[in-house]
Order: sequence, then structure tokens, then C-alpha cells
Amino acid sequence: MAISFMLNGAAVEHDGDPAMPLLWFVRDRQGLTGSKFGCGVAMCGACTMHLDGTPIRTCVTPVSAVAGKSVTTIEGLASPAGRAVQEAWRELDVVQCGYCQSGQIMSATALLEQNSNPSDEDIDAAMQGNLCRCATYHRIRAAIHLAATRLTG
Amino acid sequence: MSISSLVSASAPTTTRRTFIKVTTLAGAGFLVGCGDSSSVGPAVRAAPPAAPPVAFNAFVKIGADDKVTVIVKHLDKGQGVTTGLSTIVAEELDAAWSQMAWEFAPADTARYANLALGLQGTGGSSSISNSWMQYRQAAAAARAMLVQAAAERFGVAADSITVADGILREPGGRSATFGELAEAAGAVTPPAEPALKDPTSFKLIGTHVPRLDSVAKTDGTALYTIDVTRPGMLTAVVAHAPKFGAKVASFDASRARAVPGVVDVVQISTGVAVLAEGFWPALKGREALAVTWDESGAEQRGTAELIEQYTALAGAPGLVAHNDGDAVGALAGAAKRVDADFVFPYLAHASMEPMNCVVELKPGECEIWTGSQFQTFDQMTAAQIAGVAPEQVKINTLFAGGSFGRRAVPDSDYIAEAVTIAKAIEGRAPVKLQWSREDDMRAGKYRPLHFHRVSGGVDANGDIVAWNQRIVGQSIVKGTALEAFLVREGIDASSVEGAGTPYAIPNLRVEVHHPDVGVPVLWWRSVGHTHTAFATEVFLDELAAAAGKGPVEQRRTLLKDHPRHLGVLNLAAERAGWGTPLPAGRGRGIAVHESFGSFVAEVAEVTVDADGTFSVDRVVCAVDCGIAVNPDVVRAQMEGGIGYGLSAALREEITLADGAVEQSNFTDYMPLRISDMPVVEVHVVPSTAPPSGVGEPGLPPLAPAVANAIRAVTGKPIRRLPLGERMPV
Repeated sequence: MAISFMLNGAAVEHDGDPAMPLLWFVRDRQGLTGSKFGCGVAMCGACTMHLDGTPIRTCVTPVSAVAGKSVTTIEGLASPAGRAVQEAWRELDVVQCGYCQSGQIMSATALLEQNSNPSDEDIDAAMQGNLCRCATYHRIRAAIHLAATRLTG
Repeated sequence: MSISSLVSASAPTTTRRTFIKVTTLAGAGFLVGCGDSSSVGPAVRAAPPAAPPVAFNAFVKIGADDKVTVIVKHLDKGQGVTTGLSTIVAEELDAAWSQMAWEFAPADTARYANLALGLQGTGGSSSISNSWMQYRQAAAAARAMLVQAAAERFGVAADSITVADGILREPGGRSATFGELAEAAGAVTPPAEPALKDPTSFKLIGTHVPRLDSVAKTDGTALYTIDVTRPGMLTAVVAHAPKFGAKVASFDASRARAVPGVVDVVQISTGVAVLAEGFWPALKGREALAVTWDESGAEQRGTAELIEQYTALAGAPGLVAHNDGDAVGALAGAAKRVDADFVFPYLAHASMEPMNCVVELKPGECEIWTGSQFQTFDQMTAAQIAGVAPEQVKINTLFAGGSFGRRAVPDSDYIAEAVTIAKAIEGRAPVKLQWSREDDMRAGKYRPLHFHRVSGGVDANGDIVAWNQRIVGQSIVKGTALEAFLVREGIDASSVEGAGTPYAIPNLRVEVHHPDVGVPVLWWRSVGHTHTAFATEVFLDELAAAAGKGPVEQRRTLLKDHPRHLGVLNLAAERAGWGTPLPAGRGRGIAVHESFGSFVAEVAEVTVDADGTFSVDRVVCAVDCGIAVNPDVVRAQMEGGIGYGLSAALREEITLADGAVEQSNFTDYMPLRISDMPVVEVHVVPSTAPPSGVGEPGLPPLAPAVANAIRAVTGKPIRRLPLGERMPV
């Protein structure tokens, strides 16, 4: 029986292996490639999407687990917090290779949607699961603070 | 990697000869770019021009829509080269930053060689330094052609035309944009020696311009190899040997073939490839494979055994890399003597995007999509396997999700594997080879394990008079196409670069052993400097202590004839508040190192708790990289080099048990996370010297600065990396 859920506001169906991770369904079947594969074991965060607003590691989330729910990827990011995060990222030129940044932005957006004025410790806690080998962490912290200021200011 | 520093001692510049080669391309028709929107910058993608843009030369195209497209001959793997080269072109062209776009160059060594390497490739932190004069001249030539076209259109003298923000103006007030003049300007004979700007009139170079890749890398549209799809494409996942040098003895693919979505299973030289409709079924197919391996030719040694053998080798004379004075004699006569053995582990690059490559074979054609870092080698290797001529291999270079050296491979390992698979299925479908993280972690090409034995002597006056060092480690280039260029009298220069220098020590000897080990090794961000800077800067602190001198004081004395070293040393020390008191348990350490033509000093501040746990709280960095084309990109590269260096220093280590790699994923190879990242301050030294490297030079001083800071608190020397969780207290 097909699994159906909302992907970036549109209904989608999957009638293949229900154990297929959401990441691969979205990338290989839906052609949305902004979310990345980095580890396959939920240790790097490059695959982060929102499930009903909560950040999840989609490389270990079977499609069956999101049946009837709402999934948002970087391509569907449209909330005020999401926009503010993207703009702050651009203003501070956070990116280097960029590969992890979709996941970073999804985690940062979820943080700001829960906590409008995070401290450095809050940021470290929320972003701990997102690896960046270019080590843009210093600018990620600054950009989250900047986005928070814009959202509340 | 360090090829530029090995091949060419000074920052490369464009010679008149190379420039003529460039300018003769103008008017020879349009450059064939990648022709695929995947490799075109976001601005171009948003507004495709109606007519093809005019190619002024190999590096600059201008469209009727005013868009200036820079042909980027280097791979972007995060270092910001698309912005850097575009800044250089915009500057000499007097373009507005908002009209700049870029695309990656095709594989074409004749046009797009790295002038420091002599082949098309990116490495040695040379992207800006080797391109600096070449791109300035290309843009200045295009500007002169536009000016000539404007003069003809307006019927005025060329020298009365002014150019600013992409608009040419004549004294009477008439004006034209680049786009309006592009076609006419493209027909003008290029000047043989275009006039370059006086650096004092630079408007963009040295200022802040937004990165050209920031938008695409924050909205999910930036394309990497993993994102490429071709009609009918299959994804390949390979079962690789459990040990280096092992071969497939036999395999049973019946269960693998039964996995829904699996299309084919083929044996190749590096293992067994499962081809499927997407990554997930390919991975499931690989899990269902039964492979028996022949390990008779495999490397069987473990890390402990290798270190034991390296230690024994360090007791015997090696090949002499440096020899000033008489280090052995001076050591024997020294008033005080310090001895140290250092051990540095194998390191994985572990870039965020595991290695991958897309290949499409057709009769007489091989088309590749990948983050190609050595286009020349990749093209030659693919041609050989595919059975076509090198010029029949078309390489579409894409963004790379990191590299740190991993994609600059003399034997093009993962590209060769992808082409081999495509050939094994006789080109029936395009193939995307995608390594899993475990494949990437266990495939080798590591920063080689190194052992250093250093002895130093201080005389009765407190002067350092002797330095005797033996380095043991595999040669990176031995057995590759680069061996003939980079190995001299048996010595791989990349193993000894940065050792012992530049300190004024009268008796200095450096020897090296290159043992043969069956573990594939490769350059890893800053290459030999990763270990030589550590041994040098940590040992120097210990010798300074024996001489009764402070770390900064000692370095100033020994660097008195090296103004650029001194400049960054003093700047970093001053900005870090060197000498001001710190609370108990906190300490500072400093290190200074030259690599890839640039000079970097870093001061690390650490906190060490009573139980030996510690944190790195702050790093102050001073860099002299000549003219900083994009100062903010320079700062970003220093921040990144510090983070990557700290990551390795804290926890990274590839170990072997009976020849098999023990790590597999980020569960047991644990890079730096955000909570580990210190506050970083970067100070860029103003300079009029030609630009030098920034991708790598921020890394070498980091680990020794941290180790020196910890020793400043604990008093206990640090002789082994990674540091691990607790320091001896």
C-alpha cells in the first residue's frame, strides 16, 4: 500500500520499499537534491529536513515513518525564520564548500522557531548534530544571532 | 597539497609567453563552456542571454545582457575561488560587482593549466597566486578592446574614454554598456601588452564583495556530483576489499540481484559493483552480496607494529634533506640537550561529500561530471580506461563538497572506478558511482603516518646551537606520475617541507626515511607542514625553555632576518595580549609557520582542568598572504584552517588492526563539532606583495600553538597527536 505524505506543501506517494530512508526518496525519486547525504547514520546532519516543524535526520528515517505527516526541505523553506536564516547566512558569507549548509540552515531555522533569542550555548546545543568540515561554525553562530536580531527587531 | 611550493619556490606569475597564448585565443570563436546549467553561476542561470556571449579570450565572456562571465579554471571546494577570480577580472575590467557571473572551465590543459603545476589542477593553495597576473591581463585586454570599440563608435580618441561600473563614457556625455559594445569589441585585435591598474587604484581588490556562491549554497540549488542525474542513469555502490591490496576471490550475487531496483552486478578491479535505480537499492544490493576476498597480497600490519618499525628506522641514518654546519658534533658539545619522539597518525580527509563521479560512455566519447581537481590526470586516466583519446573525454567540473586534497588524486582513483564500471556494462547506461561514508573512510589516500625523532642542544650562553631531526613516513608521490617531478635523490620534498626552517640555528640536520607500506597515502590540507610545523614549533618551545627564554622572545631572536615571519608573530602576540596574566588553569601558546608562500602566526588560549580535560577557548591569527584579494575570504580560510587543524589535533586518527582500518564513519572518526570551535580572530597584514596561498597556511600553526598552550599550563610535553580527551597533568 502506498505511503502518502506532504512534501513542501504538495501530496506525494511512495509505493516502493517502506524502509527506504526519506532522504533517498526525496533525492532519487522526487528530484529534490538540496538535502545531502553525508554519513547514513544520523551523525552529520547534512540530510536534515523538518517533520511537522521538527528537524530530523532523514538518512535514517524510513519513508513509512512520515506517512500522513508534513515534510519540509531546503527547497520548501519559506517561513520568516527560514528566510531570515538564509539572509543572515548570505550577509555573513557563512558558506565555504556549502555541502552541509542546507542541513545547517534547516537546524538553525528550527532553533529560531523554538527560541527567538538563543545564547551561544543554545546554538551549540541545537547545532551539535550538524558537522561542517570547512569549520564554518564560527560564522554559523554569528549568523544565527544576526537572524534572531532581524526576527525580533 | 604542496606541489606549487615544491615545483616553484616563488609565487608564480604569468610570463609574457603564457599571456600571448591566452590572447591569441580571442577571436578564435566562442569558448566551449560546460554548456550545462549545472555549472553556471546563479546570475547566469536566472537570466539566460538570448545570444551567446562574446568570448574576449579564454577567461572573459561578455553578453549583450551586460553579464560578465569569468571562466574559472580551478575547482571550488569551498575556498572561494569563483569569487576570487571574478574579483580580479571585475577589477581590471572596471565592471560592477552585480554584473559578475562565472562558470567552471572545461578540461583543456593547453588553455587552463595551473601555471604553478604545469597541468590543469587545483592545489598547493595556488589558485589565486598562479592566476593573479593571467586573469588581470585577460581582463585588462578585454577592457582595452571595449575602450577601442567605444572610441570607434563615438568617434573620439581611445584615451578619452573612461570606464566605471560596466559603463564606458566619452567626454561629451555619451555612454555605452559592456553589453552594447561586446560584439564590436570582440572583433578588436587584442593588445599585446594591456596596461594593468596601479594597485593603489584598486576598487574591489582588498575590499569586501559578497561571495558569488552564497545564494546557490544557501537555497539548495548549488550542484554537486551527487546531484547529477542523466536519463536512464544507474547508481553504483561497490563492495571494496576489507584490506588494502586484497582482491576478489569469488562472489555470489544471486541475493543481490533479487533486491528490487538492482539492475546489474559486475566485478571490477577494485571489488564488486552493484548497479541499481538509485542509491538505496544499490546499497541494499551490496548488503546482499557474498564476496570472498584473497588477502594474500594485502597489507597486514597494524598501527602499533608500524610505529614500532618506524621507531627502529629512526635509529638509523636516513637520506639527508638539510644539513647546515655539524648538528651531531654541536649536539655532543651542548651544555643542555633535549630529545623528543613525535608520532602523527594516518588521517582521513573525510570531506562532507563522499567521493563520487558520474560517467556516460558513448562510442568515441566519455563524458564525466565530478568535482575534478586534477582535470589533466582525470582526463588521461578516463581516456585510457574508456579506450578513447584524452580530448574525447569531456569533464564537467562541479562544486565539490570539500576535498582538503582528497579529490586531487594522481591515479584518479574514484573516477577510474566509475569509468571502469561504465565500461563493464558496456556503456548501456550512465553510471553514478557513489561511495558511502564507510567506503570513503576506508579507501585510504590518508595523510601518512609519521614519526619524528628530534634532538636539540643549547650552549652555555643559552643559544640554541644544534638541531638534529629524523623523519619517517611514506612518500606521497612515490609510484605516481608525479614521482619524477617531486622526488629528488630519493627524498619526497612533501615529507620534509617546513622542517627545521627558518630559524637561525647554526647546526641543523634533517634526515628522512620513506618506508614502503601498503596503505595508500595522499596530500591532506597543508601536506608535510601538518607534521613538520608541529614537531618544529613544539620542540622549539621546549628548547627555548631549556635556554631560559620565553616562546615569543626566543622566536624573535631566531627570526631577526625574516621580517614577514616577525610581522605576523608580533601582530598575533600583540592582539592576543601575550604576556598579560591569565587565571589559573589557563594558558597561551604560540606558533608561526610559513607555507605556500604565506606567513601565519597563531596564539591559542586553553583551559586545562585538574582532571586533564581541556578546551581551546580562543585563537588569534595573523596572516601575511601578500595582497588579500578578498580579505573576508582570507579570514574564512584562516577560520577553516584553524577548525580543520583543531579537528585533527583533538580526535582524528585512522588506525589499522592487522591491516584493516578500524574506523568506519563519524561514530568513530569524530571531527570537530560546533561546541569545540573556539572564538577565532583573524588579522590580515596589509601588503603589496603578490598574493600567496590561504587555503592551507592557516592550519600548520594551530596544533603546535594548542600543544604549547597546554604545556604552558601543565608543564608536560606533548609528543603525540591526536591529543585525546585528557592531558597528563
